[in-house]
Amino acid sequence: MSKSQAKQREAPSVMESQQPIVNDFTLVVATVNGSGSQTSNLALVRAFFRMGIPVSGKNLFPSNIQGLPTWYTIRVNAKGHTANKLKSDLLVAMNMATFREDLDKLQQGGVCFYDDRLAEPADRPDVVFYPMPIRDLVKEVDPPKQLRDYVSNMAYVGLLAELLEIDIEEIRSSLDTHFGGRERSVALNMKMIDLAASWARENLPKRDPYRVERMPKDEDLLLVDGNTAAALGAIYGGVTVASWYPITPASSLAENLEYYLPHLRSDPETGKATYAVIQAEDELAAIGMAVGAGWVGARAMTSTSGPGISLMSEFAGLAFFAEIPIVVWDVQRMGPSTGLPTRTSQGDVLPVRFLSHGDTRFTMLIPGAPHECFEFGWRAFDLAERFQTPVFVLSDLDLGMNQWVSRPFQYPEEDMDRGKVLTAEELEELGDYSRYRDVDGDGIAPRTIPGTNHPLAAFFTRGTGHDERAVYSEKAEDWDANIERLWRKLENARKLLPAPVLQQMDDAEVGIIAFGSTDPAIVEARQYLSDEGLATDYLRIRAIPFSDSVRDFIQGHQIVYVIEMNTDGQMHKLLQLEWPALATKLVSLTKNNGVPLDTDWTIEAVRNAEDQRHEG
Amino acid sequence: MKDNGNGRAKKKVNEVGLSRSDYKGRPTTLCQGCGHNSISSQIMAACYELSIQPENVMKISGIGCSSKSPTYFMSRSHGFNAVHGRMPSIATGASIANRSLKTIGVSGDGDTASIGIGQFIHLMRRNVPMVYIIENNGVYGLTKGQFSATADKGQKLKKLGVNPFMPIDLCMEALIANCGFVARSFAGDPKQVKELLKSALNFTGTAVLDIISPCVTFNNRDESTKSYSWGIEHEYPLHDVTWVPSYDEIEMEIEPGEIVEVTLHNKSRLVLKKLEHNHDTSDRLAAMQLLEETCCAEILATGLIYLNQEQETFQSVENLVDKPLALLQQQDLRPSREALDAVMDDLR
Repeated sequence: MSKSQAKQREAPSVMESQQPIVNDFTLVVATVNGSGSQTSNLALVRAFFRMGIPVSGKNLFPSNIQGLPTWYTIRVNAKGHTANKLKSDLLVAMNMATFREDLDKLQQGGVCFYDDRLAEPADRPDVVFYPMPIRDLVKEVDPPKQLRDYVSNMAYVGLLAELLEIDIEEIRSSLDTHFGGRERSVALNMKMIDLAASWARENLPKRDPYRVERMPKDEDLLLVDGNTAAALGAIYGGVTVASWYPITPASSLAENLEYYLPHLRSDPETGKATYAVIQAEDELAAIGMAVGAGWVGARAMTSTSGPGISLMSEFAGLAFFAEIPIVVWDVQRMGPSTGLPTRTSQGDVLPVRFLSHGDTRFTMLIPGAPHECFEFGWRAFDLAERFQTPVFVLSDLDLGMNQWVSRPFQYPEEDMDRGKVLTAEELEELGDYSRYRDVDGDGIAPRTIPGTNHPLAAFFTRGTGHDERAVYSEKAEDWDANIERLWRKLENARKLLPAPVLQQMDDAEVGIIAFGSTDPAIVEARQYLSDEGLATDYLRIRAIPFSDSVRDFIQGHQIVYVIEMNTDGQMHKLLQLEWPALATKLVSLTKNNGVPLDTDWTIEAVRNAEDQRHEG
Repeated sequence: MKDNGNGRAKKKVNEVGLSRSDYKGRPTTLCQGCGHNSISSQIMAACYELSIQPENVMKISGIGCSSKSPTYFMSRSHGFNAVHGRMPSIATGASIANRSLKTIGVSGDGDTASIGIGQFIHLMRRNVPMVYIIENNGVYGLTKGQFSATADKGQKLKKLGVNPFMPIDLCMEALIANCGFVARSFAGDPKQVKELLKSALNFTGTAVLDIISPCVTFNNRDESTKSYSWGIEHEYPLHDVTWVPSYDEIEMEIEPGEIVEVTLHNKSRLVLKKLEHNHDTSDRLAAMQLLEETCCAEILATGLIYLNQEQETFQSVENLVDKPLALLQQQDLRPSREALDAVMDDLR
């Protein structure tokens, strides 16, 4: 290890006098895809979480299996702000190819841990450099060849633990969770971590101000990604048929169904399944299977991302028009086309709302945190069956695949709403039945499901024009009557959809509307803006069609900034379309480059817009 | 509920107490003489004779003339006219959601051999229990006479000239996809159509019936292999097929060695009476060879081409509880609060 020691330099003197910075930094780990760093990064995130420190872990990864650069951003913040940050305070540099670029994104006065095979640059005297003798440490641990990469990544975990004062026991327990209690795996990785930590203790005098400290912990909180939460929500919503086709970033939703269902939803006596999860041949078939199952009365869903949504368009239109309940999860990624398949976006708002040809209006739920992915996971089925319509749930890559500290999932206290389904006995009593007759005046006509043992039960489901009895009709009056009822039905859905979440400040004349995974950035930005003297109210939309309270919110403010991650301001356009008289109050602020919305941009965007407004 | 006629004259009824008229559909809107109408009649007859409760049948189709036909049989069965070529995915989802129901899929060559070819193959790969009927006329009828992918090479159509491409043989595709029941028939041979339908309805996996069903309006010229006259002239039944219920004795006068009898999983039987040709329905390669040879010789070989009952069905692979998924209720579907707590503990 003499080489590494030799590479050490005197610390920049300015560091000596700095105040410690506790539980407030952004750490970026720059590695190569496929090098097995995910285990290390998750162990760090979980250790911070178990120390009670608010944390987020965001993986910025390439569409590649091995060899391209990947960055993992961990943000800890005692105040609970865990939105994305574009500049890091600490950097773990493991990738020679991106070292320069990574250094450029390091804050002035930041800290850099680097693989000592890289040369320490001379042009960043502001940075505290710590060399990591990874090769030597690996040699000493001598792991089996096939585990070498994984174990070598544990070196930076050990060094960080020592220098940031992360509780090694929490790292051990995190690895224990990760490896499902497999002691040999934990021991091998801990050997590296311990060795690296003790090497750092002897060889790397602390020259930077960053460290962590245990905080009082809310024992209810979870560390989870949105796709896991969504899968569990669907399971508690009673999903019986889930068909899907692999696509980033939605695959892990279906994979989590496959993971949890055998345990949670098998018959305790026979071990047989109360569900079928089907990997389809493509998205056309995935939604087709869901529509077929929903038609028969199963709680059916599919999960996909943008390109899959495009393919599902025709079937979605059929399900909408024939009034078949299904749930579709759209874990959004950057489009158009293949776009940036491993980067996040909110670009499917308009495409999904008006998916398919002709007039359509799809019902959409938009969770903004994992606990809402869970809740909307079950609630979507109730809404789909109540309104006999496809319900789309719009998540995104950041929410779906990254690690979030989440409020606990609330067990559904409401009974399942299976909607209006007539039984043979009810048909006998009625003596007459027409599939699309609005008997209750709410636009929702009762359906029957195949197998209902009554001569009146059957009808013919079709995507063609139909009359009340579901018989093919080209008559203009039949078409008009059907559409009028369909629109009335969907109008009624407004009141039952999840209401927006309102956060207010005293005397705010500026409103902010946002939705989904941008929530942490908006919340933090508002805090900073308020410190600068700009009070804002914030309305987070959670469903489309909009509730009336969205209109009230717009009316109640002098100006409303609609902040979103797409290029055209899709939600902004939708709001303008809904309330044209209020259109001029709405100002669109968008950012769409695949990176989760960051706080600094949000502050800047609102600040600039406000300056412009006051100048103009 | 099974009383259909207000106690009027004693109609002849089947074992579930229904008369033939209980299997009727709405009046057809297809052309007079269309092969599809003849097939619809045989579906009604087969279901009546098998005493299938119509409420226990799902009729599913794609888009096209053939796909309209489920409206014209068995109005007491739920029907679903879906999107072009994607009847298989609807059928897959529907049948897994309630496996106690029978699924009859009706498609055409336009629906199955073009946009639907992928779903067709994957349905058979999964062995989804259903009867998959292709009403094959070699032409797009509903859009007024374009070539389909099963059109003969060299075929002439008024508007489009000459078809330069080889046809897709859907029975061959079925064999390649390991389908366990592959049959071909001819709408002009209603007796065989009915017996094959009965056999297919008693088969446990995917049963494919490719039925040449002439389009009288756009593709019924004598030289077309999808025309009535060509079919009547070139049909070559591989055997005389009869489906026999499990409790019936076989009532046929036969010479020993002249019949092959196959017992299906539900104990009903298929009796194949040998004609000229000696075709072994259990030999997949022989079946392929038969298709290849008869095609080249301009012969319409009809009957059961291949039968294999060994393959697991999609439903059994999924290892489902006895009660149909669609009928499971909250008590079957929502795991406990304690189970959720345990799951959450693992996320801390």
